[in-house]
Amino acid sequence: LMTAKSLASKETVNGRCWFYSDDDDGISVYLNRELHAMNTVVAQLQTQFQDYLVSLYQQGFLDNQFTELRKLQDEGTPDFVAEVVSLFFDDCSKLINSMSRSLERPENVDFKQVDSGVHQLKGSSSSVGARRVKNVCISFKECCDVQNREGCLRCLQQVDYEYKMLKTKLQDLFNLEKQIVQAGGAIPQHFPSYTILRPDIRPCLDA
Amino acid sequence: RGRANENICELSLVLNFNILSSQLLLLLSAMASDGGVSCLRRSEMMSVGIGGMDSPPLDVDEVHVLAVDDSLVDRIVIERLLRITSCKVTAVDSGWRALEFLGIDNENASAELDESSSFRQVPVVIMSSENVITRIDRCLEEGAEDFLLKPVKLADVKRLRNYLTRDVKLSNGNKRKLPEDSPPLTLSPDSPDSSPPPSTLSPDSSDSSSPPLSPVEIISSQLSSPIDDEDDDVLTSSPESSPSPVRRQKMRSPGLD
Repeated sequence: LMTAKSLASKETVNGRCWFYSDDDDGISVYLNRELHAMNTVVAQLQTQFQDYLVSLYQQGFLDNQFTELRKLQDEGTPDFVAEVVSLFFDDCSKLINSMSRSLERPENVDFKQVDSGVHQLKGSSSSVGARRVKNVCISFKECCDVQNREGCLRCLQQVDYEYKMLKTKLQDLFNLEKQIVQAGGAIPQHFPSYTILRPDIRPCLDA
Repeated sequence: RGRANENICELSLVLNFNILSSQLLLLLSAMASDGGVSCLRRSEMMSVGIGGMDSPPLDVDEVHVLAVDDSLVDRIVIERLLRITSCKVTAVDSGWRALEFLGIDNENASAELDESSSFRQVPVVIMSSENVITRIDRCLEEGAEDFLLKPVKLADVKRLRNYLTRDVKLSNGNKRKLPEDSPPLTLSPDSPDSSPPPSTLSPDSSDSSSPPLSPVEIISSQLSSPIDDEDDDVLTSSPESSPSPVRRQKMRSPGLD
């Protein structure tokens, strides 16, 4: 089918693929091949995404509340989760800074302020499913309760480490999401993997 | 009137506003002591007047929720949860702003009002991350309709939405909210609620004439160990476990899907 007559060419204009040929067979063969290739790429990316997501749960970075957050995201609000976690990370940064200041001088620690910060951090980490961060907050609170400055400082360091680690991991996750969408696929919502093509790509078959 | 008391403020709330024709729900988070609102006294809580009409036309499907939470992250999440369940939402960051929204003059907040005036009552639901039974009971005794344990899930909000609509429909005669399909109620047994719950919330009711709960509420949640260990089953789609085994039934967060 790779004769001069049936050879089709392809170009991408504004994110849409256009196929050119001087006969219909060429178009459909080419389309099928393209679609198959796309499907393969999409399927690979989707598997990669799901495997990565599952690993984040398995390693304890995320818990079920993150799953709940993903439920709130749809085509109309594709960046919802990313936006919420971004706000959470901003929160982390601010609270860690202010708690650090409160813990700075050993002779004058404002444990009430630190406790308030830990409480807030625990709350928001729990709301987004940031499991490791939340768990550090639990230990942190215990140190606060007994006014253990050294313990608090250790927890502060740990919480800083954990939120930054999670931030990196989620950034990688969101990048995978973008790649899937760009390749014409849909973001898998459930843990078992299967391939779906985005509705706006499918009409190309009718062209 | 606000009075700080171990992270819970008691607010005597007198409502007298003319804003909406839709049903209003007050969703309060237990917040820090300054400006926080966490508990309402039912005896002093008045119902809502709508422009002086006796029986205002009510859009029974429109629920307006005033959500109060000092955490930005929680506000965004609760707002989205409510919007997804077709509620109109106003989210504010403190009890004071809630009062502002409701148009209540702070000075008049302690004034006694005539209870016989024809107002509707605004249900109040409390949210908190702390699963302290005594505190929860106190909130319910003081007049809160329900208590949601944070982090709040879609199932919690759906449940809230359902019984609000149902309450309203009940009061409008024999209208009933029919579920799409109704598997039998399977809420697991628990110590019965001491205060008489509205019949619509009683899971033990075998009375077939009581309005059936929608499918979302029927799945019983598993009892589980404290909050840190609730994540073991996250990879399956089993119902979400609730933290406290002693939790009152109507506060249970049913699992979803």
